[in-house]
Amino acid sequence: MAPVLEVSGLVKHFPVEGSHAVVQAVNGVSFTIAAGETVALVGESGSGKTTIGRCVLGLVPPTAGSIRFRGRDMGRRWNVRSPALRGKMQLVFQEPGESLDPRMPIGRSIAEPLRLGSLDRAARERRVQEVVQRVNLPLDILDQYPTELSAGQQQRVAIARAIVTDPELLVLDEPTSALDPTARAEIIELLMRIQRELGTAYLFISHDLSTVHQVSHRIIVLYLGRVLEEGASRAVFRTPRHPYSVGLLSAVLLPSPGLRRETTFVLEGEIPSPINMPPGCPLATRCPFRIDRCSTAFPDAERIGPQHVVHCFRHEEVAAREHATDTFEEFQRIAQRILAARGDRPESELAGIPALPPHRQADRVEDDTER
Amino acid sequence: MRPVPLTSPGGPTAPAGRRTLGAKVKFATRYFLRLLRTHPSYAAGYVIVTVVVLVAIAAPVIAPYSPITADPSVYLQSPSLAHPFGTDNTGMDVLSRVIYAPRIDLAIAVIGTAISAIIGTLLGAWVGYFQGTPGIRNIASGTTMRAADVLQAFPVFVFAIALVAVFGQSINSVIFAIAFVNIPIYLRLMRSQVLSIRRMRYVEAAFVSGMPDRFIIRDHIVPNAIGPVLAQLSVNIGWSILLTAGLSFVGAGVRAPTPEWGAMIATGFPNVMTGQWWPSVFPGLALAVTVYGFALIGTSIEFMADPRRRRTLAAAQVSA
Repeated sequence: MAPVLEVSGLVKHFPVEGSHAVVQAVNGVSFTIAAGETVALVGESGSGKTTIGRCVLGLVPPTAGSIRFRGRDMGRRWNVRSPALRGKMQLVFQEPGESLDPRMPIGRSIAEPLRLGSLDRAARERRVQEVVQRVNLPLDILDQYPTELSAGQQQRVAIARAIVTDPELLVLDEPTSALDPTARAEIIELLMRIQRELGTAYLFISHDLSTVHQVSHRIIVLYLGRVLEEGASRAVFRTPRHPYSVGLLSAVLLPSPGLRRETTFVLEGEIPSPINMPPGCPLATRCPFRIDRCSTAFPDAERIGPQHVVHCFRHEEVAAREHATDTFEEFQRIAQRILAARGDRPESELAGIPALPPHRQADRVEDDTER
Repeated sequence: MRPVPLTSPGGPTAPAGRRTLGAKVKFATRYFLRLLRTHPSYAAGYVIVTVVVLVAIAAPVIAPYSPITADPSVYLQSPSLAHPFGTDNTGMDVLSRVIYAPRIDLAIAVIGTAISAIIGTLLGAWVGYFQGTPGIRNIASGTTMRAADVLQAFPVFVFAIALVAVFGQSINSVIFAIAFVNIPIYLRLMRSQVLSIRRMRYVEAAFVSGMPDRFIIRDHIVPNAIGPVLAQLSVNIGWSILLTAGLSFVGAGVRAPTPEWGAMIATGFPNVMTGQWWPSVFPGLALAVTVYGFALIGTSIEFMADPRRRRTLAAAQVSA
């Protein structure tokens, strides 16, 4: 069976008003997503990850390249609203509050994607109740308005609306960045459970590496609209081969000061302007491994593992200098223990995590009742 | 697929119970009363408009004389017990005519404003939604806006006189003129709102869900953009009353002897020179007070539509 989504050579340039310059948001990105798979796009702000998601959904037309959904080429004027595709793709935004119409009751918002389908009113209502329960929300929120809910609940509603049509692909544009840590953990768990139960493929757009590590099967590291490294999530996190990936990983905040960073450098400076980019590797201005070739040509893809691909002339030197790192794994183990923490277990068991004062422990027990 | 639990507890921030509609109405009423208490001028506006509307409805009951029957034996009498506002130069009772006039003036203003608001709002939503999208609809949007520019470039009064001249002198022509000159106001108001709302995430979510544009405009764009239009309505009704009276004053509006404030001012105008001020001044006062009342209501709606000021008042209400 054809993969759910096949993006090849995607280019998106935005013209700059009042000049002939263009913003090169996406520069030839290709990837595929199989059914039930989570592919993460990671990178700093401005790396083009959101633009890719919007192209996939037909919210902006691509400048060049093709996007195939289930093997069907959608062409340039591809429209997500064509009847054959209706409800097959859905999205969840970063801002849970803004993704729900403030003047529409929750129940109507969730039912909206069903209105064009063949279901009658009663069937739609049953379906809405089913997804609301699936995302662990009480049924009486159906009559409430978005402003009456917490951000975490709003995001659950957004997810409920997204899965109500049983889509094959869900584009998640930083679904957890606007949430507090508790709500974030709950949303991640919910998304993973939905994928297990429904087999939905995810295009997961995020700059939050700890979240990405937890949810994604494969990750694609983007920088200024180009793929720098791509591979199975575990491989990229354990043995990053592109200097940019290493830099990103070393920028992750560790929960305990006792953990040692294995990486030996950090990326300096800001992401440069994507207007009138020079040829060559986009990272050349910031890269500590830079050589002359870097600013004249963009390195071809080099396969260094079964699925692991890197675009860097000096990835071997990077490998030699950066030993396989397990810092991240250690971080993840601690994080998972925090997420799994229940009230019936003393908090002090968690290494490096100070126990909560008694009145806060009560809060945590309450938070956990939903799971 | 795992069985779904039939009940699930609410999150920590879930409200304890649903607020009933009754409670919401009660809260809104208390809030409204508080607004009127803290801003007596708004209350005055609501009182004025209510009184004018009631007077118009009850005109046959409260008017002492027929508004269109002339009694030449009592022409140009000064205010007295028999004729509290005096009589005009044909012997018609000025008070009765002032009481009957809002039937015409309010009807013309409300209908004209309503027509312009509906057409302007829909056009504005359409123009704002499609502006900048490739294709014929973008061209149509641009054309509509330029047409509105042309309409607004004319002095409103001159334009209305021209319309009445073309379509003949009748109440329908006046309504049509008022509707026509007001459309660009609502068109622009709505368009500027829609331009920001169409970029909202929930509009994109509806788009991705496959909703056709007309559903998106109806369900998301219009309800979220309509606020300023509603605030504009009241002010605009007052302004339309003025325009109606103005058209009648210059003879392009309602024809005598139909009781209408502007026409009354016009017919009484020559007598002011000779000291008989009452046929003009009383309808003029009624007109001014009515327009002022609508303007005050407009201001109060603007106040209520401003979330920051509303919150201050609501906070005071909760603590009170």
